[in-house]
Amino acid sequence: MYAFEFERPSTVADAAKALGEEDAQALGGGQTLIPTLKQRLAMPSKLVSLSGIAEIKGVCKADDGALCVGGGTTHATVASEAKADYPALAALAGNIGDPAVRNRGTIGGSIANNDPAACYPSAVLASGATVVTNKREIAADDYFQGLFETALDEGEIVTEVRFPVPEKASYQKFEQPASRFALVGVFVAKYADGVRVAVTGASESGVFRWSEAEAALSSNFAPEALDGMAPPADGMISDLHGSADYRAHLVGVIARRAVAAAS
Amino acid sequence: MSQIHVTATINGDETEFLCDPTETLLDVLRDHLDLTGSKEGCGSGDCGACSIILDGRLVCSCLVLAAEAEGRSVETIEGMAEGDKLHPLQEKFIEHAALQCGICTPGILVAAKNLLERNPNPSEEEVRYWLAGNLCRCTGYDKIIRAVMDTAAEMRGAA
Repeated sequence: MYAFEFERPSTVADAAKALGEEDAQALGGGQTLIPTLKQRLAMPSKLVSLSGIAEIKGVCKADDGALCVGGGTTHATVASEAKADYPALAALAGNIGDPAVRNRGTIGGSIANNDPAACYPSAVLASGATVVTNKREIAADDYFQGLFETALDEGEIVTEVRFPVPEKASYQKFEQPASRFALVGVFVAKYADGVRVAVTGASESGVFRWSEAEAALSSNFAPEALDGMAPPADGMISDLHGSADYRAHLVGVIARRAVAAAS
Repeated sequence: MSQIHVTATINGDETEFLCDPTETLLDVLRDHLDLTGSKEGCGSGDCGACSIILDGRLVCSCLVLAAEAEGRSVETIEGMAEGDKLHPLQEKFIEHAALQCGICTPGILVAAKNLLERNPNPSEEEVRYWLAGNLCRCTGYDKIIRAVMDTAAEMRGAA
């Protein structure tokens, strides 16, 4: 690692102030950032750890029924505390990586990084969630802007993610078995006003909504509604784990599984 | 770059150390505190050889900055046996020959102990799922899983 200074504030306001310094970088659970630093792929002047900020940790329910997850909440906490209110979200969190990753990694860190194969972005997008930061509220549809790209400004901190709870939902992923990242992951969420389908792991542009499947499922919420359907292979990731055609095919298969499993 | 003063409880003892901001908890355990049971395998959180318990939670110490340990409780493999008396998991790993080269063993023991504290009666699937972050390139896992299952059964019997 290149040398950096370290600060561990206890409030969002102090963290925002520290992040105002040139080349300062927020540290969530560090499960991606620390390996990145070890590879010398980043050179922050200062790391601002968010782990000491109690106000951005935990899961609660808002008056309108939405599930609110603090940006600094670990995957393990979401897996246990979201179980009763949003079981599909809890199941997703409980299958990220391995126990050590789930005990450190945070939802805010995951969606701020926006890895194209991460699980959480699909839940945020399929749920039409609201990403709350220290400055504003951002709709999920505006938040994810491509590979590792988000609407966040420099130094902006994800303080909370608000998930409207669907009638039925499921996340299914086809794991890359070594990393347990999604080779393809599909989150299906059925709301009173329609179905939202978000796909991770597949596209070179990161997480995306599969609108054709949303239309089909909104009129008939059954796996058969997606029979023979797959998104175009253009723009899908092609690597040693799978070709673009293979990933496109998997999207259809995994989406049907998610609909079948939705509860 | 000034060093950071950290106070943490390590295997029950209040411990103070100075570290650079860039040092991981694994670096401090091994290089400053001579607790070399935790191993550095990959250094990127994939292999689990550096597994420790931080405030009751299994983590990879190679992906935790040492400065983050301030005020927290750290348990390592060195705290597992009581003097000469091995933990039941350690006994069973010997009995089942659940290791060959041994480099993954401290991490697997720490992870398995944390599992049994949370779930004294895990299914084989639960054991495999829990140990997903601990890689062993020698045993093929079968003996490890059997040793953990056998320990769980024995500890339930003794309780």
